[in-house]
Amino acid sequence: MIKVFCNNVLKFSFYSRRIFHGEYEWQDPKSEDEIVNVVFIEKDGKKVNIRGKVGDNLLYLAHRYEIPMEGACEASLACTTCHVYVKSNHCDTLPPAEEKEEDLLDMAPFLKENSRLGCQIILSKELEGLEVELPKATRNFYVDGHTPKPH
Amino acid sequence: MLGVHTLSKYFKMKKCLHFIGRTLSSQFNNIVPKISVVGSGPAGFYAAQYLLKKLQYCEIDIFEQLPVPFGLVRFGVAPDHPEVKNVENSFSKVGEHPNVRFLGNVNLGNDITVEELRKAYHIVILAYGSGKHRCLNIQGENIKNVISAQKIVGWYNGVPWDSNIPIDLSGEVGVIFGQGNVALDVARILLKPVDELKKTDITQHALEALSNSNIKTVYLIGRRGPLQAAFTIKELREMLNLKNCQTEWISEDFEGVADLVTTFPRPKKRICELMLKSISEKEEMLKERKFKPLFFRTPLKFIGDNSLKGVELGVNEMQGEHYENQKAVLSDLREKLDCDLAVVSIGYKSTPVDPCLDFDAKAGIIKSDCGKLSKGLYATGWLATGATGVILTTMNNSFRLADSILKDIAQDSTLVQENRPGYDYVKTILDKKNIQIVTWTDWLKINDFEIQQGLKFGKSREKIVNIQDMLKIASS
Repeated sequence: MIKVFCNNVLKFSFYSRRIFHGEYEWQDPKSEDEIVNVVFIEKDGKKVNIRGKVGDNLLYLAHRYEIPMEGACEASLACTTCHVYVKSNHCDTLPPAEEKEEDLLDMAPFLKENSRLGCQIILSKELEGLEVELPKATRNFYVDGHTPKPH
Repeated sequence: MLGVHTLSKYFKMKKCLHFIGRTLSSQFNNIVPKISVVGSGPAGFYAAQYLLKKLQYCEIDIFEQLPVPFGLVRFGVAPDHPEVKNVENSFSKVGEHPNVRFLGNVNLGNDITVEELRKAYHIVILAYGSGKHRCLNIQGENIKNVISAQKIVGWYNGVPWDSNIPIDLSGEVGVIFGQGNVALDVARILLKPVDELKKTDITQHALEALSNSNIKTVYLIGRRGPLQAAFTIKELREMLNLKNCQTEWISEDFEGVADLVTTFPRPKKRICELMLKSISEKEEMLKERKFKPLFFRTPLKFIGDNSLKGVELGVNEMQGEHYENQKAVLSDLREKLDCDLAVVSIGYKSTPVDPCLDFDAKAGIIKSDCGKLSKGLYATGWLATGATGVILTTMNNSFRLADSILKDIAQDSTLVQENRPGYDYVKTILDKKNIQIVTWTDWLKINDFEIQQGLKFGKSREKIVNIQDMLKIASS
């Protein structure tokens, strides 16, 4: 029992240290005016409708609703694990990617015209109806001469 | 504050559910899948993370050779790239999960064998990476101050066995063979103003050596041309933006590139444009240090007896049409380049730590069918794919492997059939050999100690570089 208690304290202190990232996204919208509806299209094509709000970072919003979008570097523009495709007509509504984001996108497999990093998308009213798709990770990892069997 | 409260409640609830889940599973006499992961770098942690998310009941034991977790995130990622290390937070969530156990300071092959792991667990995932560097295999490679990039990275990142390597920075010219991002990391650390490294988690011994460094020029030498260079644009841009360092290209190396640029896919196009732009920019101010990428050169031998004097280079010609398939072929032309330090950065390979593993020695990887070695035995990460790619590549690889493991469990009912002893069995073996297991809580002690030590130097962390010291803190 004592061990369980200690674990809990440890765990609690651990999470409370880290809460800064994504804390805002855990707050529910205070009014209807704040709401921005977003659609995530998962790897298997499943569409998930989510009620976000103005100011939400798309990456942390995804985390809140357990959408499998990673975010290894915690939105510090050092990785590409939150790569998404912007499917709706919002590519021009979004502020253009800064140089650092473009540089990182160059490392993303299956880069497309509508590729963005999820952590750089901050919801605004103009993004109502935003649809983003998670890339299917189908790159061949195995080296020369080895053809993976189809699953 | 509302968020803090909600979150903590959420996690407490989640923990509670796990507890109930485990109790229920034993009540219904379900067999809990016992999984071991060997290696606690990105490959191992991402595989564990995925399985943990998808399997309601499971026990995952993560083995690590060192007393400290995170593999190349701790020991590979450059100290001036702290953002990349944020991923340790995600891995820590896995490490602290009630269904996960960390077993640090346990060495596969010495302390425990693959066979013993297979007896103890239903599933064994090998993710111990690529521990060896590739050599040039040329004359003079053993001369003092010809050093592998792996050892230099280990030296500034605190790998215990690389911390005391003799590296002499009293000369002015360094050459690096290889043009990947590891090569660029080493070049950047050698050329960067030391003040910009002071607050990072770079080891104190490296910081002191770099403070007294005389290195003025670093060559980055590749066998092929600018179109084949493996470094990526983010890393190149960092070099171009280095304070007090001038990048000098040889403009002839770029003949014809400008005409081709528009035909390239976006990443290649952007990096070529950046290189061309950099060539066209003539700097007015003379800078103290120089970064000199040099293409179409193959090292033939290192020159020097007791100390390194230089390197003989062969000039290459390119054969083949498309840039991706072009090969470098030695011409009769030879050059001598004087240098005081040489770094070999031409890649890593894995080793079979257990004789039962089937290995492809040339590729430096374990032989597998998309990560599957045999029933219940798998490999992921660089061990399975070869040492290439960024963290996303390894993440996708491990997620995909974990997914195929789940399919195997679902399709083959004999995979998780009878109960396995898991940790209890392993513990007996390790106890007999007097191996001190470093738990997650032990690691947190080491972590706290390192952060405290860092404060003394105004750094984010001062890594402990001695395994015995780590073990002492772990057992305190």
